[in-house]
Amino acid sequence: MEFPHLERMRLRRCDSAASVPQFCNSPTVIVMVGLPARGKTYISKKLTRYLNWIGVPTKMFNVGQYRREAVKIYKNFEFFKPDNEEAMRIRKACAAAALKDVSAYFTKEQGQVAVFDATNTTRERRAVIISLAKEKGYKVFFVESICDDPEIIAENIKQVKSGSPDYVDRDIDEAMEDFVQRIECYKASYMPIDDEKDRKLSYIKIFDVGSRYLVNRVQDHIQSRIVYYLMNIHVTPRSIYLSRHGESELNLLGRIGGDSGLSPRGLKYANALADFIRSQKITDLKVWTSHMKRTIQTAETLGVQYEQWKALNEIDAGVCEELTYEEIQENFPEEFALRDQDKYRYRYPKGESYEDLVHRLEPVIMELERQENVLVVCHQAVMRCLLAYFLDKPADELPYLRCPLHTVLKLTPIAYGCKVESYFLNIEAVNTHRERPRNVNINRDTEEALQTVPDHV
Amino acid sequence: MEDKAPSNPRELTQNPLKKIWMPCKNGLPEKHISQRKVCMTNCPTLIVTVGLPARGKTYISKKLTRYLNWIGVPTREFNVGQYRREFVKIYKSFEFFRPDNEEGLKIRRQCASAALNDVRQYLTEEGGQVAVFDATNTTRERRETIIQFAEQNGFKVFFVESVCEDPDVIQENIVQVKLGSPDYTNCNTEEAVEDFMKRIKCYENSYETLDEVLDRDLSYIKIMDVGQRYLVNRVLDHIQSRIVYYLMNIHITPRSIYLCRHGESELNVKGRIGGDSGLTPRGKEFAKKLSQFIQAQSISDLKVWTSQMKRTIQTAEALSVPYEQWKVLNEIDAGVCEEMMYEEIQDHYPLEFALRDQDKYRYRYPKGESYEDLVQRLEPVIMELERQENVLVICHQAVMRCLLAYFLDKTAEELPYLKCPLHTVLKLTPVAYGCKVESISLNVDAVNTHRERPENVDVSRMSEEALLTVPAHQ
Repeated sequence: MEFPHLERMRLRRCDSAASVPQFCNSPTVIVMVGLPARGKTYISKKLTRYLNWIGVPTKMFNVGQYRREAVKIYKNFEFFKPDNEEAMRIRKACAAAALKDVSAYFTKEQGQVAVFDATNTTRERRAVIISLAKEKGYKVFFVESICDDPEIIAENIKQVKSGSPDYVDRDIDEAMEDFVQRIECYKASYMPIDDEKDRKLSYIKIFDVGSRYLVNRVQDHIQSRIVYYLMNIHVTPRSIYLSRHGESELNLLGRIGGDSGLSPRGLKYANALADFIRSQKITDLKVWTSHMKRTIQTAETLGVQYEQWKALNEIDAGVCEELTYEEIQENFPEEFALRDQDKYRYRYPKGESYEDLVHRLEPVIMELERQENVLVVCHQAVMRCLLAYFLDKPADELPYLRCPLHTVLKLTPIAYGCKVESYFLNIEAVNTHRERPRNVNINRDTEEALQTVPDHV
Repeated sequence: MEDKAPSNPRELTQNPLKKIWMPCKNGLPEKHISQRKVCMTNCPTLIVTVGLPARGKTYISKKLTRYLNWIGVPTREFNVGQYRREFVKIYKSFEFFRPDNEEGLKIRRQCASAALNDVRQYLTEEGGQVAVFDATNTTRERRETIIQFAEQNGFKVFFVESVCEDPDVIQENIVQVKLGSPDYTNCNTEEAVEDFMKRIKCYENSYETLDEVLDRDLSYIKIMDVGQRYLVNRVLDHIQSRIVYYLMNIHITPRSIYLCRHGESELNVKGRIGGDSGLTPRGKEFAKKLSQFIQAQSISDLKVWTSQMKRTIQTAEALSVPYEQWKVLNEIDAGVCEEMMYEEIQDHYPLEFALRDQDKYRYRYPKGESYEDLVQRLEPVIMELERQENVLVICHQAVMRCLLAYFLDKTAEELPYLKCPLHTVLKLTPVAYGCKVESISLNVDAVNTHRERPENVDVSRMSEEALLTVPAHQ
């Protein structure tokens, strides 16, 4: 729905509001390559999540899904035998259907990047994709995952394959055995990307889960960012703890922003947080805060070294800094309404938007990917952005994610996603979550605007 | 973490210059907590170049050093060739480099040792974080020596190998940087090229490239054919990851970068800083002249970038070409001082005004930014400028100073005082190891916005002393 009053905002940001400058006009197809159980889907999903978060519309197309829809019941690995002509036909049709959907995504849904997740282990199959892309003017970037470590492969199968719809009626050992046979079916015809023959292609080869990379002919900005991201992710088990600062003086007064200190309850939380962290017995925990007093005060009680990041500062509310919602409604009723209309893109006058925040937080996410156990003590809007990244929440949900005070979220990557455990540390705090009110029209009444404002002093 | 009784958190005090909250005792700051520094490694890093002569090792070394210093990682390069030139005053010919020249070999080994010694001093005693050891290092034996040296001293090692067999690239390389070398001041072009080619031959036989199998435990990046292909092995930490990203984004295709500020703005003439005002008539005149200038330059495929502030966008509009708005190109946020004149800042915040003069690079405006913050925010712009070819960046005074400092390798002390007057375009063209700068004034008058550091920066100074260097305005 178009809101004419957003025109002013739109003009403010012109064409590129995305964190990634729109240099690439042609869409990009990322093509996964590799034997089964090499992490292709893991990489595809993670990459898709990252690109969407930084504002590049991306969608994943998993050919295995198409196959499961075409062949309702999976019997066994025989389906994948290279001499199974019937199956070959189905698989080719599935790949073609997926590629068709890729085209539709680009032309009809304004997609920018498509991740084509399949084995693509033969030169023939890759040639089909390349020629289609050439015909339509898409760029192609291959991501090949190569791994021969039997332990990693076994772990992979256990983590994601045994839970697959293909093996729903089988126990782990059966699934494992069948899957190993499946891999064998591909091995004979597997032709890895050839450094000589394929030297004109753009690709990255990932060896042994990131121990080594070969990068060839990076064409543009987005491919460069993708390479950088892929080179920073890892699969070592770890947990990320997200928490806001303890309740602050301004929180109590219902005022946004500012740089106040902790309230007495906030200090209690800081101590509770220290106890909680100790009880978790985390090895080698890194602690990060913003540059604002309240997060630093919270981290101080932990008694360990912490690192201050300016990028973790709360969203800058510009002219609305330190105002209550009531005061914002009184002084800037139009701004207040615009914000409710599109909370993600709305930028405070002389301040920031959630969209700006995401851009600012990208280096934090990159470093979180590199690190292992980390506790991030931050702020409401910031925590919403980080959470949206880990839980793959879209832009319209992000600004309304619940991140209450005095609650620690423990995120642990598992399989293709992220497990979330929420720990409320039993110290009361004011509620700072304001839901989207029903009436977001600029001519609404004050009561309608302030309907969802949480209580405060 | 050991068991501790619940404690009261330490008192916090805010550092008046950088506005960083730090724990304190009795009002005095305690052990300084490091704010986010780019490099999260505790041990220093030794970057070791590898490659035959004329493969761009020194080009990469210098560029990398410049980049790391700009983002705040103290880095220095150590070029063994320099040490050799100091030792052997006069370079006769390639014969010095013959593998059977024992005298030559002895001297070269000594030079490498001397350089490593200086590396050790820089990293352990002078606060250096990264040292770039620039030499051919083409034998496994030499690299093994370096690895041991690093191990003994607790340095991490990261190799950067440049491999290239394209004769055109090598030839161009020799022409661009070798002919001007001190080694060849008394030779003509043909003599120099001939001698240098023979020099390269001296290394070729004993060259042992980094091997995927033999060297699989080392951390390195192998750059092939000037960036067509990269092999990256065992990146250990944040700084190595950033270095790899940077090296993978730079190129040597000839191009120019044009930097200029927006046209003169309404707030400029009033002597007010910051804000989001529009252009004055003279500013609009500049925009028109800028358009003519750009057209006259006949630049192929020019990209135009602006900030998201009205005055840069108005300037770009006059060019009638597509342009891209970057929020990160916005002028430095002066926080509580936004839209004030220097006289007003002196009036309302004399302490702040003095602190700023004491350390203009690190000083952060209350609720605003510092130059140091600006550099961090501009890093993606620099990265993209490296990727791009011809670009015109229409920005702001502080922003332009930061970008210029990157290209011209200016220190943090110099950066905030670089002269970036209105209505002047700087054309930067990479040449040899550095950057050629052409300053083109488009002959449209504008107010001066450059305030020099006054003599008295003490907080107890008088208003007149503080305002001594404020440029004239309405």
